[in-house]
Parts: sequence; structure tokens; C-alpha cells
Amino acid sequence: MNIIDLTVNELQEKLKNKELTIKEITQAYVDRINEKEKDVEAFVTTLTDEALNKAEEIQKKIDEGEINGDLAGIPIGIKDNINTKGVKTTCSSKMLENFVSPYDATVMQKINSENMINLGKLNMDEFAMGSSTETSYFKTTKNPWDLNRVPGGSSGGSAAAVASGMVPWALGSDTGGSIRQPASFCGVVGLKPTYGLVSRYGLVAFASSLDQIGPITKDVKDAAILLNLIAGYDEKDTTSVNMEKKDYVKALTGDVKGLKIGVPKEFFGEGINEEVKNSLKEAINKYKELGAEVEEFSLNVAEYALATYYIIACAEASSNLGRFDGIRYTYRTSEFKDLKELFKKSRSEGFGDEVKRRIILGTYVLSSGYYDAYYKKAQKVRTMVMNEFNKGFEKYDVILTPTSPTVAFGIGEKSGNPLEMYLADICTVSINIAGVPGISIPCGVDSNGMPIGMQIVGNKFEEEKILNVAYTLEKEIKFREKYKPEFKK
Amino acid sequence: MKVSKEELLHIANLAQLNLKEEEIGNYLQNLEEILNFANIVNNAPVDELDITIGANEAKNVFRKDEVKVFEDNEALLANAVSKELNMFKIPKVIQ
Repeated sequence: MNIIDLTVNELQEKLKNKELTIKEITQAYVDRINEKEKDVEAFVTTLTDEALNKAEEIQKKIDEGEINGDLAGIPIGIKDNINTKGVKTTCSSKMLENFVSPYDATVMQKINSENMINLGKLNMDEFAMGSSTETSYFKTTKNPWDLNRVPGGSSGGSAAAVASGMVPWALGSDTGGSIRQPASFCGVVGLKPTYGLVSRYGLVAFASSLDQIGPITKDVKDAAILLNLIAGYDEKDTTSVNMEKKDYVKALTGDVKGLKIGVPKEFFGEGINEEVKNSLKEAINKYKELGAEVEEFSLNVAEYALATYYIIACAEASSNLGRFDGIRYTYRTSEFKDLKELFKKSRSEGFGDEVKRRIILGTYVLSSGYYDAYYKKAQKVRTMVMNEFNKGFEKYDVILTPTSPTVAFGIGEKSGNPLEMYLADICTVSINIAGVPGISIPCGVDSNGMPIGMQIVGNKFEEEKILNVAYTLEKEIKFREKYKPEFKK
Repeated sequence: MKVSKEELLHIANLAQLNLKEEEIGNYLQNLEEILNFANIVNNAPVDELDITIGANEAKNVFRKDEVKVFEDNEALLANAVSKELNMFKIPKVIQ
């Protein structure tokens, strides 16, 4: 048995049966980090020594009967835009290179209260702005299936760390696909919850009306377990929704008989790679065999949603990133003659190219003369996208699409052309615009052995449905048993 | 969508950013390309629709205006490059 190949639910089982100890598990992950991190470069900060000490401490407390719980001693990796008290939270930016957070995000409080073990902070596109993790100030994370390709982004470090077995699971954040697309590129499971299900308190804001924290895991059951932990109302996030807690693991019945699945034809048109389409078609046939009712329909929102996304997200970002001023907790330029120059030089030197581009675009669409033509129009298109999804969910339980038009692309392939990079998000952004949940699971590989992701979208707060639909296919196709990342050089 | 150099520099200034002379061409080209693409929102049949500002129902969330003290002052100030007497230090603003 190789510990790093096990899912968290398998680790829990083995802990319960005393086949494994917390120390053994943590040690296995630390060893794996020491072996693979030099090739994959998924971490901004590793906490291996701290993790081993914590494992020892937790084991002692369990032995003494002081704590119990299914998640005690389970390691995790955290995207580096989620605040972790006493540990650097850099957002992969020079701007926050030395920032040590004085507080924990709400999701971290939950993780710590379960006595889980943080293995480190994971690399990302700078301030989550990107689809390849290439805009990180520190390093470019590699795809564990082929080290010459990107892991996707912005949660590329999280997805690559899970795929390469350096963490058993991780937290990411998703503003326009940043959990689902890297999960798809790295052959793992990624869930973006409904907007408002998980508290954003302590998540460094990119676009506040779109951001959500969610799990990146090896299998669907783990995603349900982690969602059980992080979901819930938080008074510190006024957009979090106060509703009854659900048990997402219970929803995994493996039965989709009679379930209505809608397949929007616009998501299978030009621009979607043929191998991706074929893999999805096979998955759709599996669902039919399993007794689901599958129907093609029209959901003509993808292009409008993508344009709307870049207007709204950049507008919100230009406002959110105003706080990085060189005064309180950020990089500060070394020479300045007055306050204005301090602000401008610190921001110009501290932010990377893509971040500046989006701040400028956001400022532009909010500026007088362009507000109505772009920003206000985009807000109306947002209403239209929501209406279209609502119509879809009147007829269907879930909607099925590719997660990404292609498999993982090569490092450097798109980094010179921002618009081309933005088009990589065409299948995922409309889900954030509508505020609904989406999950990506691997459904096959292409002729080069690269994973292909399928996205299952649900109506608001219907995570149970999409998790079960994902779980049912996962059991059928057994992706993890058939395929493994090869770290191809 | 044509954007002039002056317009770009004006926007950058509003966003408190300096652009180097050699960067300007690139930013201009990117901005134009992205705006051309984003312009498709103007073809959407949305004239009759209201705007949406958030993902869920827009409602005010009220709470009592109570002070909650963050105890760890030291940790708050630890990230500041320049500080004095438990305060952030900035250049002189009043002449």
C-alpha cells in the first residue's frame, strides 16, 4: 500500500482500523514533497517540519483521549490567497512577498478546529488572475502528467499538489474557473460551490461577487467530506447564506436513474477539441446506460458570459486591489518624495504585468464615459445569463459540459497573448456569473495521455445533485485505477 | 475600440500605476483587443433587463455598530515597512 495514493476517505478508514498512524501519513506526504516538489514546484511555502511536529502533538492528544474526530491529523494544502495566521500569505505576488497574516480565514479556523495539518501554501496565478499559474511572481508550477505543460490556474499549485500526491487534498478558490480548470488539467476533482455557501472571510478578494473557496481532491467523496467541513453561514461574510447544514456524503447514492441531464450544444461547438468532445460523449452514453435521461438543449451564453466576466471581474478587482498601497502590509518602494509617489511606485513595482492589465481594464470600464457601455451592460448580461440558467434548471437536474475546451497546454504557449488565455475560460466563467455550483471530474485522457475534464453544473445550493452525478460516473469509469501522472520530462 | 496613449495614461494614473514608456505599446494593444472582444456585450438582447450586482438576492445586511477589538496589535503592525509608536508611518502630507 502506498499512502500517498490513498484518498482521504481511505486514510480515515485505515486510521480507524489502526492500520496507519497520523505520523506515518504525515511522514509519507513530507517524503513525497521532498521527492517531487523540485520537479512540480507547487508550493510557495512548505511547512514540512511544522507538519511533523503537529502530527506528533495530535497523535499524543488522540492517545490521551483529548481529541477525536474523523479529520484529526489529516494533512491538507492551502492555496496561497487564503489567510493563515502566522504563515505567509503571498497571493504569489511580490506585493505580499513578506506578508504574514495576523488572522485565520474562516475556512482555516474550521480546518484548525478539526486538528488537521497544513502541509503548506500552494502556488497560484498572481492574485488568482490567470489560467495557467504562469503569472505567479515566484515560480511556474508544472503539470504532473507532463512537466512541459501548465497545471491550469489559478489554483494550479493546489491541483498539481493533489495530482502528484504531495497533499491528499487542498483548498482552492474559483472566480471564473480557477478550481475546475486546473482540476481538469491535472486529472483530479474540483468543486466550486454555490456563491454564498462557503465563507469568503480571509480569502484575499479578487472579484467579490464571483469568488468562492472550494475543495480540490482525488475523488468525489473527498470533495463531499471537505465541503461538509467548510460550508456554512459566517457573520463575517455578509454574502454567506444562512441555511440548514447538509450532509453531502449522504447524497452519494450512485444512482442517477430518471435524473434529467441537459447537454448545451453551444458548449460542444467550434473551438472545443475533438478528443475532449469524444470523451464527453462517452461519458454521456454511460449516463444513459445508467438510466439518466439525457437531452441536448440550447444555452447560448458562453461568449456573452466570458465578455461579461472580464468586465465585471476586472472592475471589482480594480476596486479590491486599491488596498495595496505600500503602507500597511505590502511591498514598499525604496525611494519616493511624497505619498502619491509612494503609492504609485509601490503598486507599479509590486504588481505583475497581468494584474496591472486587469486593474487598468477594470478602471477603464468603470470610468466616466465607458461605465454605461461596458460595466452597466455587463451587469445586464449577467441577469440574462442567470435567466438562461434558471430556464435550463426548470427542465434539467444538472447541466453537463466540458470543463475546458482543451487539455493542458504547453508552458509559454499562451502567456504572450492575454486574450487567448482568457478564451481558455469559456466553459467555466458562466457558472460564476450565474452563481451556481459546478464540479469537474476526470472522464478520460487524450491521445497524449493528458486528462480530460467534465463539468457538471447544478442549480443554486444543489451541490448534492452534482456530487452524486459525479460520483456515479467516477465509480463507472475508475479513472484513478486506470491512469496515473507520469511526470513526463 | 481605439484607445489613445493619453487615455491609457490617464486611466493608469487613476489606478495609481506608472507605466514605463516601453510597456505602453503592449498595454495599448492588449487593452484594445480585450475591449473589442468585450464589446460583444453590446449585442446582447438585454435592454429590457435589470442589472444584477451580486450572485444572490441583493439585500442589506445590518448589524449593531459595536466595536470589536483585535487584540494582536503587534501582528497587525509586523507587516508594515515603516512604523513608529504603534502606528503606520507615512511621508509628510501637510506642508
